[in-house]
Amino acid sequence: MSATDTLENTKTNVQEVESVTIRFAGDSGDGMQLTGTQFTNTAAVIGNDISTFPDYPAEIRAPAGSLPGVSGFQLNFSSVDIRTPGDAPNVLIAMNPAALKVNLPDLEEGGLLIVNTNEFIKANFDKAGYTSNPLEDGSLAGYRVVAIPITDMTMNALAQVPMTKRNKERCKNFFALGVVFCLYDRPLEPTIEWINDKFEKKHPEVAEANRLVLKAGFDYADTAEIFSTHYKVRKAHLPPGKYRKITGNEATALGFVTAAQLAGRPLFYGTYPITPASDILHELSLLKSFGVKTFQAEDEIAAIGAAIGASFAGHIGLTGTSGPGVALKSEAIGLAVMTELPVVIVDVQRGGPSTGLPTKTEQADLLQAMYGRNSECPVAVLAPSTPGDCFHMAIEAVRLAIKFMTPVFFLSDGYIANGAEPWKVPPMNELPDLSFQFVTDPEGFFPYKRDPETLSRPWAIPGTPGLTHRIGGLEKQHITGNVNYDPANHDFMVRLRAEKIANIANFIPEAEVFGAPEGDLLVIGWGGTYGAITTAVETLQHQGQRISSCHLQYLNPLPRNLGDIMANFKRVAVAELNLGQLCMVLRAKYLVDVISINKVAGQPFKVKELVNRFQGLL
Amino acid sequence: MSTNPTKISGAADMPLGLTRMNFISDQEVRWCPGCGDYSILFQVQTVMPKLNIPREKIVFVSGIGCSSRFPYYMNTYGFHGIHGRAPTIASGIKIANPELSVWLVTGDGDGLSIGGNHIVHAMRRNLDMNILLFNNRIYGLTKGQYSPTSEYGKKTKSSPYGTVEHPINPISLAIASEATFIARSVDIDTKHLSATIERAAYHKGMSFVEIFQNCNIFNDGAFKEFTEKEVRSDRILPLEHGKPMIFGKEKNKGIRLNGLKPEVVTLGENGISTSDLLVHNEEDLDPTLAYMLSQLPFPEFPVPIGVFRRVTKPCYEDSVLEQIDGAVAKKGRGDLEKLMNSGDTWVVEEF
Repeated sequence: MSATDTLENTKTNVQEVESVTIRFAGDSGDGMQLTGTQFTNTAAVIGNDISTFPDYPAEIRAPAGSLPGVSGFQLNFSSVDIRTPGDAPNVLIAMNPAALKVNLPDLEEGGLLIVNTNEFIKANFDKAGYTSNPLEDGSLAGYRVVAIPITDMTMNALAQVPMTKRNKERCKNFFALGVVFCLYDRPLEPTIEWINDKFEKKHPEVAEANRLVLKAGFDYADTAEIFSTHYKVRKAHLPPGKYRKITGNEATALGFVTAAQLAGRPLFYGTYPITPASDILHELSLLKSFGVKTFQAEDEIAAIGAAIGASFAGHIGLTGTSGPGVALKSEAIGLAVMTELPVVIVDVQRGGPSTGLPTKTEQADLLQAMYGRNSECPVAVLAPSTPGDCFHMAIEAVRLAIKFMTPVFFLSDGYIANGAEPWKVPPMNELPDLSFQFVTDPEGFFPYKRDPETLSRPWAIPGTPGLTHRIGGLEKQHITGNVNYDPANHDFMVRLRAEKIANIANFIPEAEVFGAPEGDLLVIGWGGTYGAITTAVETLQHQGQRISSCHLQYLNPLPRNLGDIMANFKRVAVAELNLGQLCMVLRAKYLVDVISINKVAGQPFKVKELVNRFQGLL
Repeated sequence: MSTNPTKISGAADMPLGLTRMNFISDQEVRWCPGCGDYSILFQVQTVMPKLNIPREKIVFVSGIGCSSRFPYYMNTYGFHGIHGRAPTIASGIKIANPELSVWLVTGDGDGLSIGGNHIVHAMRRNLDMNILLFNNRIYGLTKGQYSPTSEYGKKTKSSPYGTVEHPINPISLAIASEATFIARSVDIDTKHLSATIERAAYHKGMSFVEIFQNCNIFNDGAFKEFTEKEVRSDRILPLEHGKPMIFGKEKNKGIRLNGLKPEVVTLGENGISTSDLLVHNEEDLDPTLAYMLSQLPFPEFPVPIGVFRRVTKPCYEDSVLEQIDGAVAKKGRGDLEKLMNSGDTWVVEEF
């Protein structure tokens, strides 16, 4: 008997809903990310589809109660297949007035608003810019407000526990979590297990306090019947298989270690801490038993320099960063292009330019990845489209890097890097074979003699007898690899390097159309906008509109059939989180009058706004 | 050699019978005639066969500058990198394959200016590799601008009124950066140079060798005040482990500590004997005296050459492998399927 059945027996008013969007919001020290993650894990484990959107400030602890310090975690859980964390939350948990102020505009009309009344005091109104108490001035009349003195109730629950007041107070997020668990009839066990794992050994008193508070929140909501209606979200009908919840950064780390294992070589990750890419380092630094070597370098340049060196010596060279780091790595990427060594550059894009919006998402590094180097310096560029897709595209990045002896960009973004979704664990036998051999035969060996099919040069690593050779950043003579300044040779080599990358198009999948292969509007997207674009297009398709979409995972070279796909639509638009970068590339390459739909707010597209923009083009 | 206690990375057990000729590549050497680099190249090619390392296990890595063309001329694996970044590339190579003998060739501009950050961090990590820093106190390849080791007030193409920058001291920097083998030699003192390079090679850990190198085009005679034959013995202090610091044509001058201050004394004068002199201890864990030696002002004091410091610390790449081996011993070799299925998982059944 499931928990849901129990609830149906005891509660009279239970409403079944397809999907729910919840946003937890509070001070950046209130533990909102953890609270959201716990709710997500529980929803995932009991079989809902999920999609999350953590949205937090760059400041680790902005002044308590202030507007810049508000941290939010939005999640969508559902009984049907979902692709986004939802546009407007159905439920908002606001731990203080600042969180209310920042997040209320997004809450749906008539939505459920849970507030911690203990924080609704004069000092906090001032910090949030409220001139009166919003709980009393009627400004929240359009919402269903559930006012709970969460801090007091947390303290009461812990009255017998020997802990400092400050530490007790820090448990209040779990009271809120307990309340929301009750509202949606979720089991507490997964969270209790997490608490036990995390704290029981080292801090048993913290574990006990969190368990007590979590249960107190649940019991309070249950016995005080603060909700007139409880909601039920059934299991989602996902394709059968084994699932786990995964964030984009987790999937990226997992994908690269998998790729290295499939290639039969150790992974070398050279990196410098940078938001929002650092979690990849944290993940990979745990995987020593896989032979992974992580190198926290002195700077971004050293990070890629070491990755290139490791690649020269036969490891799978990987570096990871965000846009500002790519700027620093540019010269070294050029070196890898010239020396034709495999190296993958992970760019978890964030708002820019310069330091920009470190914790917010953007897709404005596409042109930097494609062209941001001196001279003619082509590289392959890939972009995962969902958190789970990061796993597969990481393997693709390594496959292309070693097959074509080239740097490959992996353009993730803050939105999919931190967002989570259920990920169907692929069976081992469905993973591609990346095995390869280094060159070892001195007979006819030249460092720049090319494979006729891939145009790539041989990978001969130090330690191999008979193949000693020198490479470097100076122009190479065709075949011999000797330093060469001959004009005709340079012209030839520049074209050859370009051809090598262009030729990759023959070794990647063709683009696929979502919807009919012809129609009035084709929306092209790339990267983390997949969920919002596809959902918006589907919405309009259901309304009978002749709209399709095409989401690109390969940006350089582009899939061979893209030109033909575009030709079958009256209009073509690109939706992207920049001022029209892919749009510009497509216009230049295909001479098609591509329309740019763009946004650079540090926030992902909402489905509703895309529906409106697409409708305007139909 | 008594100071060769450790097995050198990549060295073979059986004699390979290599000679200097085996290390000369097929590339035409393109330094200016008379450049000090020729002498250094010759000495490196002379030392290499003595190390008994197969050529394929040796990698020369460089950045940009005159000195950085070095790898092209060595018949080994080589990587001519980008300006200042050779330590990063060399680090990646060494971490990926600790069995390789890795040599980094850099200059005062490449290593101390644009690559200053990397050289500091490569040294503190104590990778088992060798840095040869050719110090000619000028930018040669860009045709004569002042470098970070140019003397204050020096007139160059980019400082027609004299530089207003104070020079950096490479040995002091290496000491502060915790390199475990720190030495200095001179391009024209071939015997000293080859012995120093050989000792650097045998050191397990980061070896940093500053080599005074004459640029006869843009900074000719930069070191002649103490390297010319006539003045050399009076103006150079050869450091020898366990020996008193004696110099001079007559071997009658020495360095003594007066309180915390060094001073030059003459043996036999005022009853001073060798027992009053500082005895060089390159293995001293306390870097104070090594630093003092690196800072001796010229011409009041002679210029020390030789090994300033030689200490033992764990090497970065060994520690990396230890952690990997430890993790494998504890958890077993990584199981990909297990990893992919880790965390909270759930099964969706057919419906």
